Amino acid sequence: MMDAIAKSEKALLGLRINGESRDVLVAVHKTLLEVLREDLDLTGTKHGCELGECGTCTVLVDGEPVLSCLALPIECQGRDVLTVEGMAAGGRLHPLQQAFAELGAAQCGYCTPGILLTAKALLAERPAPTRDEIRVALSGNLCRCTGYTKILDAVELAALRMASARREEARA
Amino acid sequence: MKRFSIIGQSLPKIDAWAKVTGETKFADDLTMSRMAHAKLLRSPHAHARIRSIDTSRAAALPGVYAVITGRDLPRVKFGILPVSQDEEALCVEKVRMVGDAVAAVAAVDEETAERATELIQVDYEPLPSLMSIEQSLATPDVRIHEYGDGPNVHKAVSLQFGDVEAAFAEADLVREDVFFFEGNTHLPMEQHSAVAHWGADGKLTLWSSTQTPHYVHRLLAKILDVPGAHIRVIAAPVGGGFGGKLDPFAHEIAACKLSQLTGRPVKITLTREEVFYTHRGRHPVLMWVKTGFRADGAITGMHFRSWLDGGAYGSYGVASTFYTGALQTVTYKIPVYKFEGARVFTNKPPCGPKRGHGTPQPRFAMECQLDKAAEQLGLDPADMRRRNLAEPFTKTANHLTVTTIGLGECIDRVVEASGWRQKWGQLPPGKGIGIACSSYMTGAGTAIYWNDMPHSGVLVRADRSGLVAVLCGATDIGQGSDSVLAYLVAEVLGIEPKDIRVHPADTDLTPVDLGSYSSRVTLMAGQAAIQAAERLRARLLEAVARKLEVESEQLVLRDRRVFVADDPDRGVSFAEAVVLGESLHGVLAFPGSYAPPKRAGKYKGGGVGPSPCYSYSACVVEVDVDRETGVVTPTEVWIAHDIGRALNPLLVEGQVEGSVYMGLGEVLMEEQVFRKGVHKIPSMLEYKTPTTLETPEIHTILVETDDPDGPFGAKEAGQGPLLPVIPAVATAVYDAVGVRIDEIPISPDKVLKGLDLKARGKTPRVGPERYPIFAFPPPRAVESGFGLPADDIAVRPFAS
Repeated sequence: MMDAIAKSEKALLGLRINGESRDVLVAVHKTLLEVLREDLDLTGTKHGCELGECGTCTVLVDGEPVLSCLALPIECQGRDVLTVEGMAAGGRLHPLQQAFAELGAAQCGYCTPGILLTAKALLAERPAPTRDEIRVALSGNLCRCTGYTKILDAVELAALRMASARREEARA
Repeated sequence: MKRFSIIGQSLPKIDAWAKVTGETKFADDLTMSRMAHAKLLRSPHAHARIRSIDTSRAAALPGVYAVITGRDLPRVKFGILPVSQDEEALCVEKVRMVGDAVAAVAAVDEETAERATELIQVDYEPLPSLMSIEQSLATPDVRIHEYGDGPNVHKAVSLQFGDVEAAFAEADLVREDVFFFEGNTHLPMEQHSAVAHWGADGKLTLWSSTQTPHYVHRLLAKILDVPGAHIRVIAAPVGGGFGGKLDPFAHEIAACKLSQLTGRPVKITLTREEVFYTHRGRHPVLMWVKTGFRADGAITGMHFRSWLDGGAYGSYGVASTFYTGALQTVTYKIPVYKFEGARVFTNKPPCGPKRGHGTPQPRFAMECQLDKAAEQLGLDPADMRRRNLAEPFTKTANHLTVTTIGLGECIDRVVEASGWRQKWGQLPPGKGIGIACSSYMTGAGTAIYWNDMPHSGVLVRADRSGLVAVLCGATDIGQGSDSVLAYLVAEVLGIEPKDIRVHPADTDLTPVDLGSYSSRVTLMAGQAAIQAAERLRARLLEAVARKLEVESEQLVLRDRRVFVADDPDRGVSFAEAVVLGESLHGVLAFPGSYAPPKRAGKYKGGGVGPSPCYSYSACVVEVDVDRETGVVTPTEVWIAHDIGRALNPLLVEGQVEGSVYMGLGEVLMEEQVFRKGVHKIPSMLEYKTPTTLETPEIHTILVETDDPDGPFGAKEAGQGPLLPVIPAVATAVYDAVGVRIDEIPISPDKVLKGLDLKARGKTPRVGPERYPIFAFPPPRAVESGFGLPADDIAVRPFAS
């Protein structure tokens, strides 16, 4: 049994994570969550159940929210993986991160990375979502601290700021 | 009106930036070179004798570094409370619940460790298991423990404050009601995790997701039989606690021992299923309450009985038992009061403290009964409560000292905001509105182990750069305790929170704070921080006064400067003030200490319930009840909370909203239930909690009362606001469909059952019909303290 595991197939995977190319040699049965946290030391991605039930481990793959605890890295080759560590481009916080910090949307902060990324995908698709649309988009991400109120507020604030930034850009 | 620079502002938490970028290192995010991974083998039996354990096959598995059983640990039992030392990290002779740990493995990786646990052979002799209060009381020949107040009775208490029978005799209405509150669990998003490193110097360091590093430190010394001086416990940022990370746990102890044996750092992280068994959550409580009312709704007296399903171990259970009877008296005038409570052992995971510790269950019972009484007396339930509020700065029947009470304003504000007067009894069928009130303590007035030392300590050190370092044993579990310490110190010193670095929860470096429980940290660590900062401020003022040739009293600290109040241009920067201060006095490092005023009632059990001050909340909930499915949908919540003073309104709102959310989960969905000792639903999918879709809009109103015992007047916010939500929903359901559900959770099946009873012309009530026959001990009769003036509120230890 042990021998079977020891000899279990490893694969050299070329992943594109947060805009960087990373080669990893991993056992093929390892999940994306495990590879991110254990092989790439990207511990910003958290786990709450490792069964696909809580949304905590959400990352974006080609812009789509994916539960990294259920995803196999081998399926992610050649695709863009974004984790919370990649949200702040060039050291500048993403408007969602800024709004979450300002409005107290992160209490213990454990569910925060998954929620930030889910919200980012929502805003990419619907730049001006209604509060109910935000509720639906985040309904797969559990949070036990906040009662969700400040999270919804923060997504709304970020959407407003991003819209006004786009208007500024268009004017310039 | 006091004026503040930092206090009262809605500032981001000091750790907000780390949390939104993934920088925060939780316990499971820590890695070390040569680190091993550990797993526990847990009992599949609810109650069984262990005949033998054979670990040889596991030990022989390649990649396994060490395998231990309870025989590798000192044979000493432990528990969080000195009176309930009944746990073993790894059970030796007997298991008492499914999930009890019996062996532990350290291996090269988690997978190998898990495989090794499967190779351990345990020979169990199953014993009859006891699964309910009734069964445990009715089966005295099967004993879960050999200690307690009777066969399978962990604790039985009886307290009497005045003559309740006389009070009932003079009442216009006497009600007796029975209620049941099913157990539920904290479900923090972070699974418990710990990393232990027993260094080559023979000293142990444990990083753990714990809310109580100090208690873990103390108990590890006992459990491992190692001097406490050689143990360091560091609380990692906690990814959700709610009371679930307050005990020392098997996984922490096993990691320490395995690290000693392997010479490697050892990490262990629980699976989600293990978290459900580790638990220590809300006790299932059966309650009987008898109350006398006058025609105007005034309470003449109350007799409250509670039976707690404690599970397999003591944990905080003795305190939980007293808490089910302690805080009934602090909201309304109750001149005489009697309480009887019993905690019973069963073969299920032990219960303990969850947000509100032992008080949400009786609050549910009491507020629902008030609603029934109001209906019988023809009174508006909001008015009835409003007219009978406890008197500020007095003692209650059970000798608790209440200080400021903002409950009247809380009621007025939620009545106004919700449109109560236009809605109560007047909404269309299927829609309803309910109100309830509550109170919670701002920190337990007594420590878990008896001592005269501070409950919280802070060290404040000023650096020549102008940085101020704040060291405190308090544990940030997301509530923002680190930030609160920074705000308070910044306020006292006239600097910004960013100029402060808080170093929390490290038993080597930080003065003891007892832990993040009983809503104690803002008040207790906060007062200690203020004292330490004021000591630093005095030295800085002295040095700057000498330099500027003025009196200290002429100086103010503000905007990172120390200057003459009348001549703001004359002054120095804060960093220069530190240089002047250090030049004059030497190193600038000052301690602050806090212990609560000694107000415990002079009777056994009087130590549970006293607090420096009590927060108050009033809540109105509107619901929609689907008569076809029985589903109750809360559509809007208004809650007003007496916070004393909101040090940071944003953080207070967050605590209130989170409490409301958790209360809604408890009242409508959450159940920690077992079949033959096996958890029925140990997953986040099946253990239902509200998502964004089930959580309604929450309108939070903060009421300030500036309590003399609070730091800048502040009281607690983290637990109290959960309490009124549950009965407010229950009474709203009654307003909507005329059905009383006297049992939590109010699940659709119960609502349908109630509607069916109503349709058939029977009493439309769903809830327990009976309670156990149980001989409580004779009551300790103590004179009622009701209406006595509060003791001198200014007196507390270490104040100067």
